[in-house]
Parts: sequence; structure tokens; C-alpha cells
Amino acid sequence: MEQRTEDVSRKTKILQALENQHTSVTFDDALENDMVLNMGPQHPATHGVLRLLIRLDGETVIGCVPEVGYLHRGYEKLAESSTYHEFIPHTDRLDYLSPLNNNTAYALAVEKLLGIEAPPRAQYLRVMISELARISSHLMFLGSLAMDVGALTVWMWAFREREKQYDIFENIAGARFTTSYTRIGGLAQDVDADTLAMVKKFVDELPGHLVECEKLLNTNRIFLERTDGIGVITPEQAVDLGLTGPGLRACGIGHDLRKANPYLVYKDLEFDVPVYTGGDALARYYVRMAEMRQSINIIQQVLQRMPVGDVHALKPKKVLPRKERIYTRMEELIHDFMIVNFGVEPPVGEIYSAVEAPKGELGFYIYSNGEGYPWRLKIRSPSFVNLQSLPVMMKGCMISDVVAIIGSLDPVMGEADK
Amino acid sequence: MNAAIVEALKARFGAQDFETSEFRGELTVVVPKEKIVEVCTFLKEDAALKFDLLADLSGLDMYTPVRRFAVVYNLYSLTNKHRIRLKVFTEEEDLKIPSVTGLWGTANWHERETYDMFGIVFEGHPDLRRVYLPEEFEHHPLRKDFPLMGIPGSLHLPKK
Repeated sequence: MEQRTEDVSRKTKILQALENQHTSVTFDDALENDMVLNMGPQHPATHGVLRLLIRLDGETVIGCVPEVGYLHRGYEKLAESSTYHEFIPHTDRLDYLSPLNNNTAYALAVEKLLGIEAPPRAQYLRVMISELARISSHLMFLGSLAMDVGALTVWMWAFREREKQYDIFENIAGARFTTSYTRIGGLAQDVDADTLAMVKKFVDELPGHLVECEKLLNTNRIFLERTDGIGVITPEQAVDLGLTGPGLRACGIGHDLRKANPYLVYKDLEFDVPVYTGGDALARYYVRMAEMRQSINIIQQVLQRMPVGDVHALKPKKVLPRKERIYTRMEELIHDFMIVNFGVEPPVGEIYSAVEAPKGELGFYIYSNGEGYPWRLKIRSPSFVNLQSLPVMMKGCMISDVVAIIGSLDPVMGEADK
Repeated sequence: MNAAIVEALKARFGAQDFETSEFRGELTVVVPKEKIVEVCTFLKEDAALKFDLLADLSGLDMYTPVRRFAVVYNLYSLTNKHRIRLKVFTEEEDLKIPSVTGLWGTANWHERETYDMFGIVFEGHPDLRRVYLPEEFEHHPLRKDFPLMGIPGSLHLPKK
């Protein structure tokens, strides 16, 4: 009996949160009542295990409470008992649509803590893989938003392009999906010329395929009516709610960490930050399409300017040595033993390092007490923060627009739930 | 920029309250917890500083007898493109910290997460529920005295 009351109180708490949003319920006339609709966590249009409690007046949404945590795996707790290197594979599972970007963000954070820097070739390669991952994530967005509003062809075409990218990722990292490609102070291995040729072919052909997709969407009346003016958020609300990434740039604020606080070699590369002012789902779509073109532009510059050289920083006590040297040399064997067993042991201190991930600001806050394990590692995941703006975007829209708004926000629950 | 921020804070609040430190070019300011809302308001609304974006808010368990828990605020200024970190310490016996949800809407979920993971209570928060773990869960897993393997039986299975 006692367990039952626990159940009831849990339900009431969630419902209470919804009811506190200035709504009223009348019980005299059934037709005047609001309806509470539970959407997810198992729903094809919520892009993962996102749960929404939506309060409806007829077909109009008058309140919405997102619930997260169905994919919570406790990565921040796991990080505290794994060495800095051991945590790299976990970063793949955050935003699993762009694992290469997460690998880069994490490596940059630890390198900042250690005070080391990757060599130039590794930096250029990191820019290349970050932009490839951005294209991969935005193609997924393009396909899924189109499918959410009823255009299945674009989904197929976007996935055809992503398939080519997965072949490239397989050549670069040895894995298609969970890449774990960066290392602290460098990369797992260099990229060979054949793979770079594949990247070149891919980025040369992609603009044509993007135009094909745009031909299906940009003048498509159904697509425009499903997205134009839907899910509007004002710049003030966006900054207040911490919205970053394409969502922020779609409401007129041209904030991009690649320009604002350049990391890697972004300050040497020429690219624009696309900004639209609509603040609606259509503007978010336009921003991402324009960003893919900028990413192509960046990758082409990187391919032209890529220097030759090593991809590991020359810091033997901080950077894992190469396998063949571990087997043949004493010093490297010792360093490998120390790094694998005791970790890289950064100095006591705390840092916050953020990069512009496809979905927004991906930050790592690391507190080190001088051991090989982080004392505290906090992941600032853009999807988690961006999801907070869902209630604002949804207020007053129709129930059928809910899927279009979630699609235009492009959350990934692996990242939101950590 | 960092020196200017420290100067501005000292000019406004007096020098005795703040411990500042710098590591890898990042400024950390330790703020007494009764002043956190006041300091945040100043940093957000000062015309020269303008820290308008709360990038991140997280908890920290130092596992020490005094000053065990801390809340870390990572602020970002969209105009100056600069970061600053504020830190508020609190004792294990008195886990209450004023909420900054009135200043930044984004603090809502961040504070819920910190409450979920560390049990720090934010006073004035409009909807302080757990964000990741189920409501009936009794522990706060990111505390250092919570075992990595979990506590058997602490996570209730769904009832039939």
C-alpha cells in the first residue's frame, strides 16, 4: 500500500509542474477541459528517448514539460574512476551523430589542462574531422526534419550521403560509428592520401546533392507551411535559456565559438557564420544548410593547406607512444606503462573548455587534483540546454507542429542524458 | 580582461569577500553564498562586463570536512567574448544556496541536475525536482561517498 502512494506522489509532481504553467481545469463541462498528452519516451518523432507532457486545449498546445533521463548512463561518475585516456571512448556515446567532434572537444579540454598542444598536422586533421562530423550531424537533421513533416525522399538522400561519410570515418578511425579517434596531444593515427582523396571527392560532390535536396524543400508549399513561423523564439529568450548553436544563430545572434574564441586553426581559415533572423523552424533549417556549405568550404581549405608532419605532440610523459616503439624501446615502454596505469597526471587546477559542436556549445569542465583521474568532469552538453527552450517554442502551436519543432531543434538524447 | 573584472568586483563589493585565482588564463572567483545573486546580477547587468550567458552550472564535491560542496558557475559574455568562473562553497550541514533562475532561465535545469547529483538545495527555484533519476531514488550519485557500483536495491523496479 505504501508503494502505491509513492507512485501517486511521483505522478502528481510531474503533473503539478505542468499545471503550474498558468492553466485552468474545469470539471463541469467535459468539452471545456484541457487534455494532457504524454508523448514518448518511446516515440519515433522525439528523436530518442525524450518524453514530453503536453497540455492541450483542443489542438493547441498551452503547456509542455520535457522529461529527460531515460538514457542516463552516469558518464560523469564513470569519468572520476577512469584515466583521462580511458574516457575518450565514452565521448563517442554523447552526441552519437558527430562522435569525432566530441573526441576533439574532449582532447582539447585535457590538453588545455595539461598545457600542451597538438602538432599542426593533427590540428588541421581535427578541423577536418570536426567539420565532417558537423556535415554528418546536419545531414541527419535535414533528413529527419523533412521526414517529420512528411518528405521521405530527402531522408533517403541525406542518408545516402552519410553512408559515404561513414566509409570515410572507417578509413580514418577504423570504426564507422564509435570512432574514438583523438588522443591526448594528437590523433590515433595519421590519415593516408587515399582517404584524403575520398574526403575531397565527397566535399566536391556534396554541394550538388544539397541543391537536389533544397529543390525538394525550399519551394515546397507543404514544407514551408509546416516550418515557417513555427516554434518562434526571440533572441532575448534564446540567450536567457542558454540556447546555442544553429538555434541561436537562427534568431539573429551570430555567436559561433569558432569565430568568437578560435581554437585549433580556425583563425587561419576563412569562413562565414550564417545568421538568419526568423527564429522559427524554417530559419533553423536555413542556418544548417548554410553551415554545411561553410563546412565544405573549410574542409577544402584544410585539404589545400594541410602540412606534413607528425600527429603526436612531443611530450613523452603526457602523450601515449606509438605501438611499434613500445615494443622496441625501453623509454617508450616505461612511459606507456606509466600513462596507462597512472594516467597523465595534470597539475592541480580547473578549466572549462568549449567548442562549437553541431548542436551548440559543447563544454568540458574539469577539476584536477593532480591525480591521473579527473576529480570532477562536467559535460556541458548543448542538447540538454537546448531542450529547455522547447516549452517556449511550443507554446501556442498546434499539436502537429510539435514533431516539426523537435526536429528543428535537433536534440540527441545520448548527449542530453549523459 | 581578467584583471579588469577583479577590479570592477572589488570596486563594487569591497576586496575582503573575494578569493581569486587564475589557471591557464581562466579566472575563478570564490563568492560568499549569500552574495551570489547580487554578484551575478552585477556581472550580468554591468555595461562593461555584460556576462549575459550562463554557459554552465555544476556541482563539485571536494570531500573535505569544511567547504565540502561547491557550485561552479561558468559565465560567458557574448559582447566581450570572455569567460569567468564563479564558485560558491557550502557546508555539508547547510546545503542551501540561493537560486539564480531569476537571472538566467537556463539555470533551471542546471540547478535541478545539481540537486539531483549532489543534493544541493537551491532556494527560490521554481520547480526543484530530480532531472535524470527517478523521484523515489534516495541518494545523490555524484557525491564522493556514493559507490561507483551503486547501492543494491536503491533503484526501484517499475511496479506491476
